[in-house]
Amino acid sequence: MKPFVLVFLFASFWPECLILAATETGTIQTQQSITDRSIAIPEWNDWKRVFLLKDYNTRIVVFGTTLLGMAAGMIGSFALLRKRALMGDALSHATLPGIAIAFIIATGLGLDGKTLPVLLAGAAVSGLLGVATILLIRNMTRLKEDAALGIVLSVFFGAGIALLGIVQQMKTGHAAGLESFIYGKTASMVASDAWLIGCAGLSCMLISLLLYKELTLLCFDEGFAVSRGFPVILLDMTLMGLVVVVTIIGLQAVGLILMISLLVIPPAAARFWTEKIVNMTVVAIILGALSGMIGSAMSAIFPNLPSGAMIVLVATAMFLFSMVFGIPRGILIRKLRRHELNRKVNRQHLLRGLYEFLEARGRLKEKQSSESTFVPLSKLLQMRSWSLAKLKKIVKRAQQEQLVVALQEDQLRLTKAGLLEATRIVHEHRLWELYLITYADVAPSKVDQDADAIEHVLEPEVIAELESLLVQQSTEGILQSPHTIEIHQEETKARHSSRRRST
Amino acid sequence: MSGLEQWNWYLDGWIIVAGILCAVSSALLGNFLVLRKMSMLGDAITHAILPGLAAAFMISDSRSSLPMFLGAVIAGILTALFTEWIRGFGKVDEGAAMGVVFTSLFALGLVMIVQAADHVDLDPGCVLYGAIELTPLDTILIAGWEIPRVVVVLSIVLLINLLFVIFFLKELKLSSFDPALATTTGFNSTIIHYALMTLVAITAVASFETVGNILVVAMFIVPPAAAYMLTDRLGTMIVISAILATLAAATGHISAITVPRWFGYQSTSTAGMMAVAAGLLFAVAALFAPRHGIVVVLIRRQILAWKILAEDIIALMYRIEERNPQLKPDATYLREILFSQSVPTSLTLRYLTKHGQLSDSNGNYELTETGRDHARQLVRSHRLWEHYLVEHAGMSAENIHKQAEKLEHFTDRQLREKLNEDTIATDQDPHGRPIPPEEKTN
Repeated sequence: MKPFVLVFLFASFWPECLILAATETGTIQTQQSITDRSIAIPEWNDWKRVFLLKDYNTRIVVFGTTLLGMAAGMIGSFALLRKRALMGDALSHATLPGIAIAFIIATGLGLDGKTLPVLLAGAAVSGLLGVATILLIRNMTRLKEDAALGIVLSVFFGAGIALLGIVQQMKTGHAAGLESFIYGKTASMVASDAWLIGCAGLSCMLISLLLYKELTLLCFDEGFAVSRGFPVILLDMTLMGLVVVVTIIGLQAVGLILMISLLVIPPAAARFWTEKIVNMTVVAIILGALSGMIGSAMSAIFPNLPSGAMIVLVATAMFLFSMVFGIPRGILIRKLRRHELNRKVNRQHLLRGLYEFLEARGRLKEKQSSESTFVPLSKLLQMRSWSLAKLKKIVKRAQQEQLVVALQEDQLRLTKAGLLEATRIVHEHRLWELYLITYADVAPSKVDQDADAIEHVLEPEVIAELESLLVQQSTEGILQSPHTIEIHQEETKARHSSRRRST
Repeated sequence: MSGLEQWNWYLDGWIIVAGILCAVSSALLGNFLVLRKMSMLGDAITHAILPGLAAAFMISDSRSSLPMFLGAVIAGILTALFTEWIRGFGKVDEGAAMGVVFTSLFALGLVMIVQAADHVDLDPGCVLYGAIELTPLDTILIAGWEIPRVVVVLSIVLLINLLFVIFFLKELKLSSFDPALATTTGFNSTIIHYALMTLVAITAVASFETVGNILVVAMFIVPPAAAYMLTDRLGTMIVISAILATLAAATGHISAITVPRWFGYQSTSTAGMMAVAAGLLFAVAALFAPRHGIVVVLIRRQILAWKILAEDIIALMYRIEERNPQLKPDATYLREILFSQSVPTSLTLRYLTKHGQLSDSNGNYELTETGRDHARQLVRSHRLWEHYLVEHAGMSAENIHKQAEKLEHFTDRQLREKLNEDTIATDQDPHGRPIPPEEKTN
């Protein structure tokens, strides 16, 4: 009973399916009127047909869009890192006048104006012209990249529309359908289209693979590339040329908007998963392929969903997922990391506060169980700009970590582990203070706040280095180190009061 | 046949008025988009309003203007909002964030339209190309005047934009150039940002149905960019951009009627030609702007190159004379030392001869008195700099020549005096050659 398993599996995801699962047990065939454009939930056979790629048509479309997604993902990664994500947008618009002119010239020469190579050649020429214009505006005027893109996009497209207006009046040749170059008809992709996409896409990927090092350098450090004698302008042209080629083959097959999204969304999504460009390209290729595959399969299953739009939406879903859950750059993980850090900072402040309180009263060396090592909460509250509720939360967490013990509502005592940890933190704090005073010439009254910010992120190696650097000075008594605690009660008090003033 | 004999003041007049209104209201806001490096936002918004239109249609179940307008504006604002979120929270590059948002929204809109509407008349072609030619046909009666609906709508939009720009010019300026400072001086640049975005969305939506999105996108960017080439002042830039937008709209329509007739066709798309006209205006501004134009910059650079070559030649002549007063070098000899091209060298030699700095005896050159004075000053600058670089900048004697070679061309007498004082009035450079005196000594 395989079909039912699948139906129920789906039903758990999609409440609407549940109703259908019930009705479908009865009748299989439902008559559809032509005007009924609602989404019909397909039957098991449809799913099987699509997923096993049994239809010739589906096979071609899925194959073509997958390859396109891969090529666009790879080239798009470089474009994204070069901060030219919208390049595809500008270029796909810039191809229109070329298409129209190619049509006019071809018809004038007595050829069939709608031959694909002719139109693609026209598109490529005007796309490259667009690239040249963008580079000219960017490099020779004080306008920025975005303005250059916008100008080329709108002016070239305007020219294209004006030319199309003329083309439509031509008696020879039938201009109708030229617009499909703008919108694309994914579902009607034929084998030759898929082959074209395959060949062109693969050669684009090959070229960028060969120029991997150079393109990486171009993306990350243009100035360095220039100084090392790389032909930066040529490389820039090559990258944009690759974008042009991918855009044009995709434009013809899947349309303008889809092409832009395939160039932008998978690389942008891949960026959340890695810090390495190699990994990013690979992830972008995979995501591009997946969105092409899943999107076109969905539209094959649900006949009323336009495949181009579905591919975009699948890619968008992947992007949103990556943005939220991506490791190491997703929103969630970054929020989590910041939360962790905040906790750590608060815990360390609490411990240091307790330590300094005891130190100022000379009670550190007393037995841990005795009354005198208790610290009232109200005293801690005065030390920092904590609210009572927040302080209680921090104390509770420290209790769970067995660093402090709360005896009554408002009495705290360091545990043995807590004291050890507190000693370490105070030590690091003062090391940094000492360093600031000795080497950075910061006034002693100012160092506390600076050290406050940095003490939590000091690496063990840094501590070791600071120690070897400062242990000699510390005996001179500029500022206390843990070895000379008791002498400096007054100063600690003074620093506390100054901190209270500052908060 | 010019096509203008079919000119109809009523029809064509209103078309041009609609075009100008759209162009100017877009250009006004576009100045700030260009300055904020957000030029592509106009393009993004005009694509992204599709789901807003579809949703409004689904909810209100009619094609009446107001719900559609509201839906589209909301979708437009959401585009700006989502872009900002993805950029801020996801740390994605602005352009990429925009690309993600508007393609996704457009795709969503397409799916919604396919699902929702059997016979909805939302032709994507109409969205892109617009039908500005049909402007005069849809009129409403205001105070006894039959005025096209579009013109009324666009006038209101223009008025709002104008008031916004006039009243918030200071805030807009500050938040465009220095958002951090704007925030510290006490007003919230985020609010100004979203107010601007809202108006961009309203302008785009009001224009797109009638004049097509491509014209809006063009007018958001091209006239302000051209104005930016022409001036350094924000106020002037806004005024110039409005003038250029007006010009582009008017010439665009006229050329849409006339130009195709030169080739034997009927008129073509007015919106397309308006964008092209704006593009041509930009090209002129970018090439020939008095201070920042490409041509001007290139000429300035070329003149400087020639000036430096001329100075290099006479300084070289001075050095040759210093070592071997008998040698009278010819052009080839000079070129071999200077690594210069033959044509510029011979042109520069001719220029120097004509201005009395060199004397030419059958292709062999010699410094005249004026030339020698000038050359002496150059060599003096060079050697003073070398001395200074070694003495005060602590550079080693091998590396200083190139630096001094550059600096000598931009050193005037005052600076030389100062250098002379600072180098404790020595008369030898670090290579052991004499530093010539400022005035000729005999």
